Amino acid sequence: MTRTLRRAPGYLFLAVSAILSVFPLYFMVVSATNTTQDVLSSRMLPGGNLVANFLALVASQDVASAMWYSTVNAVATTVLALAVCSIAGYGFEVFHSRGKDRLMSVLLLAMMIPFAATMIPLFQMFANMELVNTTPAVILPAIATPFLVLLFRQASRSFPHEILEAARIDGLSELSIFARIFLPTMRSTYAAAAVITFMAAWNNFLWPKVILVNNAYQTMPMLISNLRAGYVTDYGVLMLAVLLASLPTMVIFLILQRSFAEGITGAIK
Amino acid sequence: MSSPAVQATGRPTARARLKKGGAARPPNPRRFGIEQRRNVTGWVFLLPAALLIMWMNFYPMIQAFILSLKTGRGTRLNFAEPLWYNYQRLLADEIFKLTVQNTFIYLIVQVPIMLVLALVLANLLNDRNLRFKGLWRTAIFLPCAVSLVSYSLVFRTMFSTDGLVNDMLMGLHFIDSPINWLGQTGTARLVIILGLLWRWTGYNMVFYLAALQNLDYSTLEAARIDGAGSWRTFWYVTVPQLRPMILLTAIMSTNGTIQLFDESWNLTQGGPAYTSMSMSHYLFELSFQKNPNFGYGAALSYVILIMVAILAAIQMKVGDKRD
Repeated sequence: MTRTLRRAPGYLFLAVSAILSVFPLYFMVVSATNTTQDVLSSRMLPGGNLVANFLALVASQDVASAMWYSTVNAVATTVLALAVCSIAGYGFEVFHSRGKDRLMSVLLLAMMIPFAATMIPLFQMFANMELVNTTPAVILPAIATPFLVLLFRQASRSFPHEILEAARIDGLSELSIFARIFLPTMRSTYAAAAVITFMAAWNNFLWPKVILVNNAYQTMPMLISNLRAGYVTDYGVLMLAVLLASLPTMVIFLILQRSFAEGITGAIK
Repeated sequence: MSSPAVQATGRPTARARLKKGGAARPPNPRRFGIEQRRNVTGWVFLLPAALLIMWMNFYPMIQAFILSLKTGRGTRLNFAEPLWYNYQRLLADEIFKLTVQNTFIYLIVQVPIMLVLALVLANLLNDRNLRFKGLWRTAIFLPCAVSLVSYSLVFRTMFSTDGLVNDMLMGLHFIDSPINWLGQTGTARLVIILGLLWRWTGYNMVFYLAALQNLDYSTLEAARIDGAGSWRTFWYVTVPQLRPMILLTAIMSTNGTIQLFDESWNLTQGGPAYTSMSMSHYLFELSFQKNPNFGYGAALSYVILIMVAILAAIQMKVGDKRD
């Protein structure tokens, strides 16, 4: 009894933190089903206005197009980032040499470069290549990140050397050792990397906003941000749009929470 | 840039060694061939990523510096006279100073509170006898599932003058009339700070949890057996062992806060009258709105870069000293 009592403040603190963490998201979900008057009178129960909000939203905004561009950008970024960074991380670790170690420490410095400091020249660069408003311009800066290379380099450390040697004796080429042996054994690392890359790409706002000058190519975060800029805000419609923009990453989070946690903390082990 | 240089110095040394060994007859000349080939394979594997990182990070970073020395509108840019003209102009720019002040207020108030909260929560969750651990963890980590734009708009709605927060506070009789949260300097900044705390506390908690799992649980039990209370165990046993992780999260949070953009843009729109605007928000305005001035924007972006570097260096120094 005294033990439970001693723990009470801890439980209370956790409960308050948990409620505060979930509450704004609950508010978002509930408001998406309510009229703007209900939202403003702080109705906290689901309402019957979901369909009306949806029809009002798609009538004024090209949600399908924004969803499509968000999906294309996020999927392309994820696939290419995983391919490029995993083979690089593997290369740095399995074939390591002093020169490569040095290069790695130079590349890691890029983690400290704020995006703000590269944004304007990047825009100029893509403008010169006439790639403004295109998918390559959105995804190219996000494909190779020192963070992902590091993540895969750390993961390659646990790749057993005996397997590598055995495969070499069997006459497998270095590329097929990577593709056929390393890749399948590192599935959980790939999952973690995919989750964080996809979520970051889906949620990215500043760079797409800079490079997608034409609103016809806008992504979901851009679409909801522009909704806010309207003169009269219908809060029910706004919250539904925000919910739609958040749904993919929320679903991924709830299913693959462990991979996500592994992904963000994985490179520092 | 530096990758071919490294490559050039890396390979000839191997070749030189081979030549030198050739005089004394190497025991297995074929071995060198394999190793050299593997070395080259390694370079080929890492080259795409290395070149992309150079091209998308280091190259524009250098370009931004050159740009920051130029003036002019649009694409017609010339070197300024004097060269540091844009930087001089920044020092006299009242809006710039205000955005620096705003960003540092966010940094100084929010980062310490967030890290302490995250540390306390992680410590509570690390208790082996705790019930519903997964539930607490998922709930507190959940804000990371939504984008910065999304949560900014949710907070904007909740804190609108006729919104939920005012209704609740009035219902509880804490206030008599609604507060114009986003229309006043102090409260607008407060809402941004609350938003940042909400979004990032769970994120940092996960880092501490990962570190706590690697930490030897027996040190905590030993402290408990020696009669240390939970607070003393936390402060004298847990925290010192987490120092590297605290340093890392401090650097990441500082880095993130200095680059704050989405919240400033979507939650408060920088208002009222620039008093909640972040540096990146002002940078965006200067560079991509109305009359874009790339040179001036680049100078501002370099100030952000230098601030990130200096603050990271200070934190590393402080973090190491206590060892």
